[in-house]
Amino acid sequence: MTNEELKIKLTELLPSATFEEGGEWVNLSVAPAEWKPFAQQLRSVDGLAFDFLFCVTCVDWKTHLTIVYHLTSTIHRHSIVVKSKLDRAKAEIETVCDIWRTAEFHEREQAELFGVNFLNHPDLRKLILTDDFEGFPLRKDFEDPINMIKL
Amino acid sequence: MLEEVSAVDQGDMIINIGPQHPSTHGVLQLVVTLNGETIKKVEPHLGFIHRSIEKMCESLTYRQFIYVTSRMDYLSSHINNHGCALCVEKGMQIEIPDRAKVIRVLMDELTRIASHELWWGAMAMDLGAFTPFFLSFRERETITDIMEDTCGARLTMNYIVPGGVMAELHPDFQKKVKAFIKLFREKADQYNELVTGNIIFQSRMKNVGVLSKEDAISYGCTGPTARGSGVNCDIRKLYPYEIYDQLKFDEVIETGCDSFSRYLVRVKEMYQSISIIEQLIDNIPEGDFQAKTKAVLKLPKGEFYTRVETARGELGVYIVSEGATTPYRIKFRSPGFSNLSALNHMAKGGKIGDLVAMMGTLDLVIPDIDR
Repeated sequence: MTNEELKIKLTELLPSATFEEGGEWVNLSVAPAEWKPFAQQLRSVDGLAFDFLFCVTCVDWKTHLTIVYHLTSTIHRHSIVVKSKLDRAKAEIETVCDIWRTAEFHEREQAELFGVNFLNHPDLRKLILTDDFEGFPLRKDFEDPINMIKL
Repeated sequence: MLEEVSAVDQGDMIINIGPQHPSTHGVLQLVVTLNGETIKKVEPHLGFIHRSIEKMCESLTYRQFIYVTSRMDYLSSHINNHGCALCVEKGMQIEIPDRAKVIRVLMDELTRIASHELWWGAMAMDLGAFTPFFLSFRERETITDIMEDTCGARLTMNYIVPGGVMAELHPDFQKKVKAFIKLFREKADQYNELVTGNIIFQSRMKNVGVLSKEDAISYGCTGPTARGSGVNCDIRKLYPYEIYDQLKFDEVIETGCDSFSRYLVRVKEMYQSISIIEQLIDNIPEGDFQAKTKAVLKLPKGEFYTRVETARGELGVYIVSEGATTPYRIKFRSPGFSNLSALNHMAKGGKIGDLVAMMGTLDLVIPDIDR
């Protein structure tokens, strides 16, 4: 599907989604509560079939966090970017690791680096950092007195 | 569908493999739950060389951050640099000269061969054959020498920069690459016969670590790991960058879904890379090796994502820019991280002795996973 067709199709599925202009891929924002059922539709609806979640990342905008999912379809070869705005103090979103199993690792990584709580994730222990590490290193207000690199 | 966490029955044994284990090729720790010899669960513990490269890059300028990325997947450092340079060029809409494009592709493919050769030797060594390790390192040495002449480094090249490449090719570059092609053509078949055809080697690889096509996609596997399961995911073919769309080469796909298929993909890929180099080595266009760029690079406000095919799979570079000289947020989607997530699924139900073969064919480079 071309980007325009995708936009029409996605608006049908989730009328409350807002689109961002620019960029090579369709870029849409959803509310955290709507993400899980929407993700299931993205995976299963014919013509969309987003079966490959290739990047999960998070951006700290100081006032809020944005979680970013990059999805592509290995059948139709189209891609979209789905974003969701999270509250900084209580960052919570449903896990999607039962839909795309790669999410299990990616979500664990984002959870420890940004302090996002993925609800119903089977194993949300720390993956990269040590178990007793405090703070969320990729948030903008994180300060490490010893190891910080600043130029 | 998902595994239960910490389901340890009576009689199960938990052993640690690594972080100081030779077959993990670096500091990776695997906590393996065993029942007798059968693997029930493999839990990777990462982070032994986590340097938080993403955070570091937030305080480095667009010219500086390239140097850090060589330290991620150190066996494909050229291709890491390439991905980052492409992302900056995409943001700034820099058009680079043809000569630089060809040099970049040549360097990428040489790196791919060097990386696969190292993997080939280490793979055979993991399975108990020691000679291939020396053979492959001897041949790989030729490539590192070529790199040293032009880039001044043997491992962390930092040669591909935004706008083109760092320096002119060494005068002996073409001569030495041609000598390498000749050497490779002579030796590769011989080595292939030595290892690939070996019946012991084959029986240790076939039907070991089976990963179906659907699972490979669901686990986000890319590169030779996914192509061994019949997924066509070669970024060079699907989303061609530089001059890959003008070159003749095949995307190697095997449908066996086991360790042996992944092995075959990498071996055949070396021949494809050699053919790409042969097409280009006599046709390097004249001209500048670098486009004229400003001393200080500033990306416009926005988000930029590029992907390149490293020796291990798809490397994604995601830059969020606020219009400053440094990235606001940068994310590296490293191929090794996603490929490793499939290990538990592959290993479950297999034998502990086969775990090394499975890990070997995932071609793990730990700094790439930890970042």
